[in-house]
Amino acid sequence: MNILMAGVGGQGIILASDILAQVMLVYGYDVKKSEIHGMAQRGGSVMSHIRFSDRVFSPIISKAGCDILVSFEEVETARYLDFLKPDARVIINRYRLSPPSVALGVDEYPDISDLIKEKTPHVCFIDGDNIARSLGDPRVVNTIMLGVLSALLEPDESIWEECFHTMLKGRIRDVNIQAFKAGRAAKIN
Amino acid sequence: MKKILSGNEAIAQAAMEAGVHIATAYPGTPSTEILETIVRKFPRIHAEWTPNEKVALEVAAGASYAGARVIAAMKHVGVNVAADPLLTLPYTYIRGGLILVSTDDPELFSSQNEQDNRNYARFAKIPMLEPSSSQEAKDFTIEAFEISEEFGTPVMVRTTTRISHSGCIVELGDIKDPATPTLEKYSAQWVMLPAIARVRHPIIEERMQRLKVFSNTHKYNVMEINNTTIGIISSGIAYQYAKEVLPDASFLKLGLSYPLPDKMIREFASKVDELWVVEELDPFIEQEVKALGITCHGKDRIPLCGELTPDIVRNAILNTKDEKGAQYNLPARPPNMCPGCPHRGILWALKRNKCFIAGDIGCYTLGFLPPLEAIDTCLCMGAGINHAHGISKALGPGKAKIAAVIGDSTFFHSGITGLLNLAYNNGTALVVILDNRTTAMTGAQDHPGTGITLEGDHTIDINLETLVRSLGIEWVETIDPYDLKNARKMVKKALEHKGPAVIISSAPCVLLKSRKVSGRPLKIDADKCNGCKVCLGLGCPAIEFRDGKAFITEVCSGCGMCRDLCAFDAIGGSV
Repeated sequence: MNILMAGVGGQGIILASDILAQVMLVYGYDVKKSEIHGMAQRGGSVMSHIRFSDRVFSPIISKAGCDILVSFEEVETARYLDFLKPDARVIINRYRLSPPSVALGVDEYPDISDLIKEKTPHVCFIDGDNIARSLGDPRVVNTIMLGVLSALLEPDESIWEECFHTMLKGRIRDVNIQAFKAGRAAKIN
Repeated sequence: MKKILSGNEAIAQAAMEAGVHIATAYPGTPSTEILETIVRKFPRIHAEWTPNEKVALEVAAGASYAGARVIAAMKHVGVNVAADPLLTLPYTYIRGGLILVSTDDPELFSSQNEQDNRNYARFAKIPMLEPSSSQEAKDFTIEAFEISEEFGTPVMVRTTTRISHSGCIVELGDIKDPATPTLEKYSAQWVMLPAIARVRHPIIEERMQRLKVFSNTHKYNVMEINNTTIGIISSGIAYQYAKEVLPDASFLKLGLSYPLPDKMIREFASKVDELWVVEELDPFIEQEVKALGITCHGKDRIPLCGELTPDIVRNAILNTKDEKGAQYNLPARPPNMCPGCPHRGILWALKRNKCFIAGDIGCYTLGFLPPLEAIDTCLCMGAGINHAHGISKALGPGKAKIAAVIGDSTFFHSGITGLLNLAYNNGTALVVILDNRTTAMTGAQDHPGTGITLEGDHTIDINLETLVRSLGIEWVETIDPYDLKNARKMVKKALEHKGPAVIISSAPCVLLKSRKVSGRPLKIDADKCNGCKVCLGLGCPAIEFRDGKAFITEVCSGCGMCRDLCAFDAIGGSV
């Protein structure tokens, strides 16, 4: 199984992919993850590859090899369409952060939903920011998305909770588990 | 116990399992987390940020001379800075195991070049190990210490960004206590006078011959004979890509990849029909294979530039092509200086003074991008001051306004000598030290100007103004870069000065707790904004242009620079 997470620096993609990888380790798979975060803190695009199977060689996914793309920002989704398998699932957080050329009024923010639907019919949007706000913490969008993703994967909820307990502490852990559950309960088609 | 570790974390774990006493480094992507992990998880090891990589390797050499196991970590271009000690160190007797970790950056994710540091192993005549996973990063680093002490040589462990920053499962091992260092003298092997070094050189050559024999039977050089139609020699991450694409092919996987195991290569070549060398960047292995008189494919089909991917390896070996996907014209998202970054103010002030701005390595290099476009050169750490001096000397006095910008950490790294040269040789350039009290680009590491060591101890806090004056610079001013009008005025004054001038632009990085901004977003009064776009000229990610008016988003830090620029008093809120 090959999963891509895409977004922008500061959205918590690295933590989300760390938790996912840990869950797959506990579940018993070989797992590798790879991300580029050199200048991510400066608002650049961030992408994380997570691969798990009985044996994984390359830490990065091949073109047309991605099963599920989890995107934290709309236009970022469209940068990785070449990676999608024909029947891949795409989960998109309904959130737009203007790239500089859009912010400066040079470009329009593109509508990406048609581009993605050309690639795969399995696309769903999640109002991650609204759910996060309703939980009282706008920073937990990453674990909401992880919850949505988890409903498509094999491990039981208990393994996920166990990993939240080993990887996070105190109030941060509690609110993240809450967010994870809210994401897992979200109905996706 | 099994854990998911990045390659860098695995090297830190190896340091603990190998009984390392001391670790040294200057921060640099993708190497930084090695020492950060050591100091966070393994306080038993003394870890220090040194001002630059040359210092790191020389401190490491001293620790080794005292019998301690020691690790010096640096990014690929950092090894250039450490090249002077590196090329002579193998002539000297390495007592405690000494490992140089070089983290290369194919694809230049965060670097100024993509040099292949495997060449340094050949150049310095030292053995090299190349892990292809985190487990190997740990195992190979531990083995490197054994080789270092058995052969009395520094050993290089070479990773790439994909090894250093990828996470994979690692089986943790037992922790080993370090040996107790002792003071002994081996002067005839440590004092590299010509007469001694002349005697030491043949010893290195003889050692390399012994290492070649060792390499031919080493457990980390492994032949995997499967289908023999295609045989692949590979090392590092390239091995994983080739294995992903052709799991049934035969492989010669090189872990101890220098000196190369010549007999093993001959044997492997004789067993397969078509021989390939799959490696990133330079034809390092391929050239040696060809020098053995063996025909192989390699850089005739695999690119020299950029990092490899499974797709690139597949297309090269199987002669396939990627399906050309539809091309989408998506707005790019390049990295930018943060909202409220103090660099923005001083770069704006320099730009408004219409001077040539020699740049350096740090966040401020991003000031090259539009709309600021305020960086005119960037070569390597510490080069900017010298560029400015060279340009102004070539043009002659008073012919052009020349400035250089350099961050505080970069100044301590290799800017001090350049500034000394500027003063000594009667230069006329303006040097602006961007003093944000941290090494920001690599994620806020301490340095000799922060008053804190890597281990969190209180220490000296170098006063830049005193340091600069002591180098012979008489015109020195410290300014607040958030005060745009004053910054612009002071830059003008400094550029008019006949001799060398230094402005210390002093404000903490906005990612630090000590930042000087409120964190409360400002607001634009749409009725007052006439859409002149002057504020947009700062290139701040918090300012957008919507429906003919400027608009400030919630990422605004409240620094107030845009408010100072607005001629219509349209920007409000507390600063």
